Amino acid sequence: MNMVSSSTPATNMNSLMSSEDNIQRTQYPYVTGTSVVGIKYKDGILLAGDMGASYGSTLRNKTVDRIQPIGKHSLIGASGDISDFQEILRKLNEVILYDNMWDDGNSLGPKEVHNYLTRLIYNRRNKFDPLWNSIVLGGVKNGQKYLGMVSMIGVHFEDNHVATGFGNHLARPILRDEWHENLTFEEGVKLLEKCMRVLLYRDRSAVNKIRVCFLFISNVLNDLLSAFFLHILYSSISLDLRFYGVNAAS
Amino acid sequence: MSSIGTGYDLSVTTFSPDGRVFQIEYAAKAVDNSGTVIGIKCKDGIVLGVEKLISSKMMLPGSNRRIHAVHHHSGMAVAGLAADGRQIVARAKAEATNYESTYGEPIPVKELAERVASYVHLCTLYWWLRPFGCGVILGGYDRDGPQLYMIEPSGVSYRYFGAAIGKGRQAAKTEIEKLSLSGMTCRQGVVEVAKIIYGIHDEAKDKAFELEMSWVCDESNRQHQKVPDELLEEAKAAARAALEEMDAD
Repeated sequence: MNMVSSSTPATNMNSLMSSEDNIQRTQYPYVTGTSVVGIKYKDGILLAGDMGASYGSTLRNKTVDRIQPIGKHSLIGASGDISDFQEILRKLNEVILYDNMWDDGNSLGPKEVHNYLTRLIYNRRNKFDPLWNSIVLGGVKNGQKYLGMVSMIGVHFEDNHVATGFGNHLARPILRDEWHENLTFEEGVKLLEKCMRVLLYRDRSAVNKIRVCFLFISNVLNDLLSAFFLHILYSSISLDLRFYGVNAAS
Repeated sequence: MSSIGTGYDLSVTTFSPDGRVFQIEYAAKAVDNSGTVIGIKCKDGIVLGVEKLISSKMMLPGSNRRIHAVHHHSGMAVAGLAADGRQIVARAKAEATNYESTYGEPIPVKELAERVASYVHLCTLYWWLRPFGCGVILGGYDRDGPQLYMIEPSGVSYRYFGAAIGKGRQAAKTEIEKLSLSGMTCRQGVVEVAKIIYGIHDEAKDKAFELEMSWVCDESNRQHQKVPDELLEEAKAAARAALEEMDAD
């Protein structure tokens, strides 16, 4: 801090932002993913996002899974910096591991994971070293649906439908018009497909490879799977549904 | 012990004239007084079983666990001082997570056993430390298949097909030797281990006990887990039946 006295106001500001001298933290993202959209439907939750990762405006990777299962009851979807997202996944999976090792029949649900994320991200932004992501967290536990969001500065909330980035401007108006509590699985997928199509047309960093993931409360798997095959047939953007099973009892 | 009062047993850093380190032998004594702990390697995994002596009737069933998970794929059963055991388990967990964050894959069971053994051994090298009063049986499943290790207070660790420590270890070892482990599934192994533990427990002389069991096997998805309740009950029933049959003869 001895340089502060002789420095100009601008560099002075810099030394305030980093707690130690000569430490530069990540101040911007590098490889990024674009929007993720999530909704609740009658029997569970659905998350959709494309699989692109951009390096600036260069589309660098087309097969990135930006939606991942966490523990037994949750799905996490992230836009923003991919490496930060990977770091978050590492941390979450460690938390899940340590919880599992108690072997006491309890397991962390979406609510707990969301809260942990919230603390993690808010803590990092207070160090002026944010994790550069907007994150959607959805899950099902004990027959309860859960859908929430965290932004890179730690703002968090729950809602019936959520979206990150461009999705906030392009997908949520559609969802506000068309979402209702009793959406069937098929209607839900259709609605998400509509959102993703608009995003694909208007968001230059979106790609036409989309992954839709879901978790549901009751065991209606067979109906769902036939519905999803039908859907792929008439879908012009490639849809890839992922099933992360949760049994009815839990 | 003949050495008492000779002054060679006060520190782990002092050898006796005939080349022994008495503190380590005392630590081993602490292990020998504990409830029996058994581990076996079956064809599809590892089974761990503990005869957990109940110190008070007022205690909630399932408390003071002696089998602990170390990572997804491995677990430890502790004989001797339970509190010392938790210290070892904490170190093992730390080693396992540290390995995974460095190398991006779960720690091989062999490596884990070596690291834990080094830690246990470390406590036999300084006068200001005492050795751990416990022995552990470590079971895990990695790319080389299921493996079983036993680590003693001296810090030695060996790999076993079947291992037993604690009060009833001699009888338990004799029983384990009679099993054909290589042809046995863990589901059968659980029943056998239960039978052995019930068999070596002396109803008249010993304190009441609780059977605690875990496994890492194909059936548990190569994850270390408590043996499912219904299977444990089934194994206990089979063990009691076997006992009665023996008494009838």
